[in-house]
Amino acid sequence: MAIMNIREAIVSTLNAEMERDSDIILLGEDVVGGNGTAGGPEAIGGIWGTSPGLWKKFGPERVIDTPISESAIIGAAAGAALSGKRPVAELMFADFVGVSLDQIWNQMAKFRYMFGGKTKCPAVVRLVYGAGMQTAAQHSQSVYAMLTAMPGLKVVLPTTPADAKGLLTEALRGDDPVMFFEHKTLYGVKGEVPEGDHRQRFGEARVVREGGDVTVVACGRMVNFSEKAADAVAKDGVGIDLLDLRTTSPLDEDAILESVEQTGRLVVVDESPPRCSLAADIAAMVTERAFTSLKAPPAMVTAPHSPIPFARNLERAWVPSPQKIEEAVRRVLAFR
Amino acid sequence: MQLNRDELLGAYRRMKTIREFEERLHEEIKTGEIGGFTHLYAGQEAVAVGICDQLTVDDKIVSTHRGHGHCIAKGCDVKGMMKEIYGRAGGLCKGRAGSMHIADLDVGMLGANGIVGGGAPQAVGAAIAARIDGKGRVGVTFSGDGACNQGTTFEAMNLAVVTKVPAIFVFENNHYSEHTGDAYAVGTSKDIASRAEGFGMKAWRANGCDFFETYAAFTELLEYVRAGNGPAAIELDTERYYGHFEGDPQRYRGKGELDRIRAERDCLRAFRARVTGAALLTDEDLDAVDAEVLALIEEAVAEARADEQPDPATVADDVYVEYY
Repeated sequence: MAIMNIREAIVSTLNAEMERDSDIILLGEDVVGGNGTAGGPEAIGGIWGTSPGLWKKFGPERVIDTPISESAIIGAAAGAALSGKRPVAELMFADFVGVSLDQIWNQMAKFRYMFGGKTKCPAVVRLVYGAGMQTAAQHSQSVYAMLTAMPGLKVVLPTTPADAKGLLTEALRGDDPVMFFEHKTLYGVKGEVPEGDHRQRFGEARVVREGGDVTVVACGRMVNFSEKAADAVAKDGVGIDLLDLRTTSPLDEDAILESVEQTGRLVVVDESPPRCSLAADIAAMVTERAFTSLKAPPAMVTAPHSPIPFARNLERAWVPSPQKIEEAVRRVLAFR
Repeated sequence: MQLNRDELLGAYRRMKTIREFEERLHEEIKTGEIGGFTHLYAGQEAVAVGICDQLTVDDKIVSTHRGHGHCIAKGCDVKGMMKEIYGRAGGLCKGRAGSMHIADLDVGMLGANGIVGGGAPQAVGAAIAARIDGKGRVGVTFSGDGACNQGTTFEAMNLAVVTKVPAIFVFENNHYSEHTGDAYAVGTSKDIASRAEGFGMKAWRANGCDFFETYAAFTELLEYVRAGNGPAAIELDTERYYGHFEGDPQRYRGKGELDRIRAERDCLRAFRARVTGAALLTDEDLDAVDAEVLALIEEAVAEARADEQPDPATVADDVYVEYY
């Protein structure tokens, strides 16, 4: 096992997979970075540092700097996928799905179904998401729930370097469009990464810890916050079953239900506003399918129903915190 | 341009097939058996055939709201298309697409599009793939005067120019985007090709009601793009006989406009006059094709009507290749 951070895991996975499969191409704004400037190509190597060296190695036909044109980027990925390639399109900020949503939602998500199952669309869209860097309302959103709601897309959110490798490899080898969410505050998170071929199947939640008293379901950065909450309540002898969803489409319903059937208590943590959210969806699913196991109403820990503010203290107030998760855990425990 | 007898007959057959397919749909839709929106292509046949006749199955096209003509010209099975429009199990897309989203990847037809302007970036993607494959293939997008005003089309043109890929932008200006005239909705003095030129692309202009003029202009364009010169565009001045959608009474048309267009700008009549006048084909040759086409359309309608409906149990099939 090698120790690397999520950023390094992504670069090395792209590198290895592009080497393995010449159909994989990468396109996006500044994925090379510096084209047409005095510094020349690769002056940047990707705004998030997730594509350095790839242009030098695979050349401009496979690593394509695009103008700032999100519809064109995603649309070109869709067309290339229909034409036998495996494009990876990078959206520098997940918020920009708004600009390119038609190509994601009406086009690539629907091709297979609409064309009678006669085609596939093996495109991966990498979206950098999440609050925590004071990037405010248009550069911080967690739009995974919105895309999870769209049939035809698979939605993936790695929280460890090992999963970043395993899930990206799976995405690149599958034949469906995958929305691959990278939390901007998690790029530096380090961990062990299996060497060689490592694929993480979609739809299998990661059991982060088993405790038996309360089920906490989370994804992305909220998994790490939930761990802090679990540490805090552990001091009082409360054991948490913590599930990292890894993918929200497909959703590992069985793992959630199985755990809730044991604990009878559910807290869902979701870094987005509450209405029509992932938290609401999971709470409803559990209420419908495990009602008799429940000892307390499911609790949702979400952001408020507001855009994301800039000021540091306001942003901290907006993001679901370990404290709020801890409070929710104690609330469902106290319910009688 | 030298087209031999078989090529001329083939071009006429495809144009006539589009015309009769559309004329027949125009009648059949009144019976109420066909649901949804249907946007007919009749009048624009010389464009679809003048262009697609010069493409191979490995060249990709992306189409518009008005996609039947492009489908037939690119070689889609006419009976499968009719079944699709009737919403039958045997349709090209198993009754999932209908008229607006019809596609046949096997012949390089990547889909009509329910979103105006949705296709242009996809043709650039097809062109990126084509360039990597290095076999001289191209990605072609058809766009109307409506789609030429969408940002996606502009983004796609710029991306194609920047990446120098073999993308071809075919602008079919039939002078109406839905119900609004190009005189109102298209800036740049109604000239769409100049927009492509503004992005640094070489652009051609031709009379899209004249098969031979369209064909010749596209021959030049295709040679230019296949030679590795990057993307190119062509604007065709054409006419739409029917409304934006079937059922549209076309109240926005000028008095006598449709009669004049049909009398003066009919691409099939012009084709016939040209080939018989030059003694390349006879009226008998063309009449024989007409009869053959009419019989095919008759059969297509009968088979579509008789085909079974899709099984409701399959309603959620084929969303994913693999899902667990």
